[in-house]
Amino acid sequence: MRRMVEQAELLDSIAGFSLFADLSAPQLEGIIHIFDERMFASGETVLHQGLSGSGFYVIVEGEATVAVDGHERAKLGRGDFFGEVSILLGAPPIADVIATTQLHCLVLSGPGVEPFLVANPKVMFRMLQAQARRLRAANRWGT
Amino acid sequence: MGDVTEGARPFPPGAYPVVVVGSGPGGLQVSYDLRRHGIRHAVISDDPAPGGMFRRWPFFQRLLSWTKPHAPAPRGSRAYERYDWNSLLADEPEARALQPELMDGSSYFPSRPEMEANLARFAERARIEVRYGCRWTGTRQVEDAGGSGFVLTTSDGEYRAEVLVVAVGVAQPFTPPGVGMELTHHYAEVRPADTYAGRRVMMLGKQNSGFELANGLLPWAREILLVSPSTAKLSVQTRSLAGVRARYVQPYEDHVLGGGVAILDAALDRIERTSGGDGSLTVHLRRTDGGGDLVVEVDDVISATGFVTPLLDLPAIGCTISGRSRLPLVTSWWESTTLPGVFFAGTIGQAAKGLVKHGVPANSGAVHGGRYNARVLAERIATTRFGVERRRAAVAPGDLVATIAGELAEAPELWHQRAYLARVFSTDPRAGLVDDGVQPLTFFLDDPGPDAIAVTLEADGSGAIYPVLYTRTGGEIQERNLEPDPLLRYDGPDVRASIASIVREIVPGVGAGA
Repeated sequence: MRRMVEQAELLDSIAGFSLFADLSAPQLEGIIHIFDERMFASGETVLHQGLSGSGFYVIVEGEATVAVDGHERAKLGRGDFFGEVSILLGAPPIADVIATTQLHCLVLSGPGVEPFLVANPKVMFRMLQAQARRLRAANRWGT
Repeated sequence: MGDVTEGARPFPPGAYPVVVVGSGPGGLQVSYDLRRHGIRHAVISDDPAPGGMFRRWPFFQRLLSWTKPHAPAPRGSRAYERYDWNSLLADEPEARALQPELMDGSSYFPSRPEMEANLARFAERARIEVRYGCRWTGTRQVEDAGGSGFVLTTSDGEYRAEVLVVAVGVAQPFTPPGVGMELTHHYAEVRPADTYAGRRVMMLGKQNSGFELANGLLPWAREILLVSPSTAKLSVQTRSLAGVRARYVQPYEDHVLGGGVAILDAALDRIERTSGGDGSLTVHLRRTDGGGDLVVEVDDVISATGFVTPLLDLPAIGCTISGRSRLPLVTSWWESTTLPGVFFAGTIGQAAKGLVKHGVPANSGAVHGGRYNARVLAERIATTRFGVERRRAAVAPGDLVATIAGELAEAPELWHQRAYLARVFSTDPRAGLVDDGVQPLTFFLDDPGPDAIAVTLEADGSGAIYPVLYTRTGGEIQERNLEPDPLLRYDGPDVRASIASIVREIVPGVGAGA
């Protein structure tokens, strides 16, 4: 069992994330035990472009940059998530994600994502919403 | 220290290039390999003898890590290390493959005393010196005319070191705070099994330690409950060491067949003494599987809630720690990212997680992973901190395919540390193609080095184990997965042809490697 004090802090943190906004407190508590916690140093590559077998990450604290072929495309921060597209499509990520500060993440391994989303449809819906927003933004960018 | 006189104890307080703290497998292996590179160092340990946590645990006195006395490779060979998870590594034949010599044949999992004897024999035969009974009590950074480094205060006096290697294990019992947790006792405080006869016992935690206790108490306890918020994972399902090992699955089978063991997905709300004064405990649980709250009456609650890393005051002087085990934040080479000069060996080496591809972790927390990390770490310290030149043997391009196939067939580093340690072959403008040795894969991927090939074995969580070649050309990395072989043989003609087609892109003049 996770340290209680830190668990309470972690619960408070992720309860405010849009991805988990529809979950009750016991459900959130279950979720933080399904995910692993990882801390990355500033400058560390979290997700590697072109490499298979990566995970799904939710940023609890810190910032990261998304880079394609070495060119920065986006910044990520608290509450953002990444890595799900390559897992859903079964293909390696098309971008690097590099920590730009010390980065605290919740991580779910690739094989764990489908059962997690199926068991938590509200999270799946929130993820779909986020993807729809990204798609709309990309379409606007393209026109 | 018993009858050992002060004059016979090695490493008196003073200045050393490196100080290693700990005399478990990690401390012993890193000491052996530092000496191999000619690095003078002191080893200190609070314990009275070698062995670390194996001097006491596992509680039921049988390990989770196997050694096969009879294996497909000759005992003492490098290839045999794949089948022997418990012996430490040495060049001298008399110090190699020591574990099988000490097993009585009743199991391929050594007993705890057999493992302790294995480590003691290694220390003796490899002539590892340790200052036992010397307790590390504090640390401070120094920067003066003598250079930068650390001063360790100990029960014997002060040690000064340029480099500190901490190998004290993830060994400090941890009980989380919570209402009524003072009524529980930790795994480390479990009583003899027969004292639980006829009692109702709840284990908080569904990792190996919880299941080990449940398994051992099956013949004694009247009722057993295993409780934690997340569902139990079994190693045979995750196809990795993440999960409850097969040896301890019996309580799970008892549960699913209705034998009386209960396995609950629930968070602990509080524990109270049951009114009435018979000493029993009332445990209030909140189910995390969507069910309602539960109230259970038991006689004992055991915290199988794990261990944390006893880093003393290192966090206070700048060593960032994180996670439930309080592990340090480290580089690919097991060096603190926030307190350079402090390295970690043994089970703490799991702090460098690597890629964890497909959710499969490295085996750094176990002897069969940590012993290779220690070897790589010692070379890193020697070459980057003390000017020892790395040995990089030239490889004839015509031999490269056969060399890679040979490594895939038997390199224990690659078999035990999948997608974590890699064998690297680099092109060097002056020396040509060179064997760059074993390196952390994440270092290779992030290093803007010359054109090179990194060879690994990997698992994808489906049960397959297969070779992966990473090519680096012009700084760009490409991952090339080879087809899994059902018999895990990776030195045949088809595999050699696949390897040749990949490495030819980097190294002209590569043959088929037949």
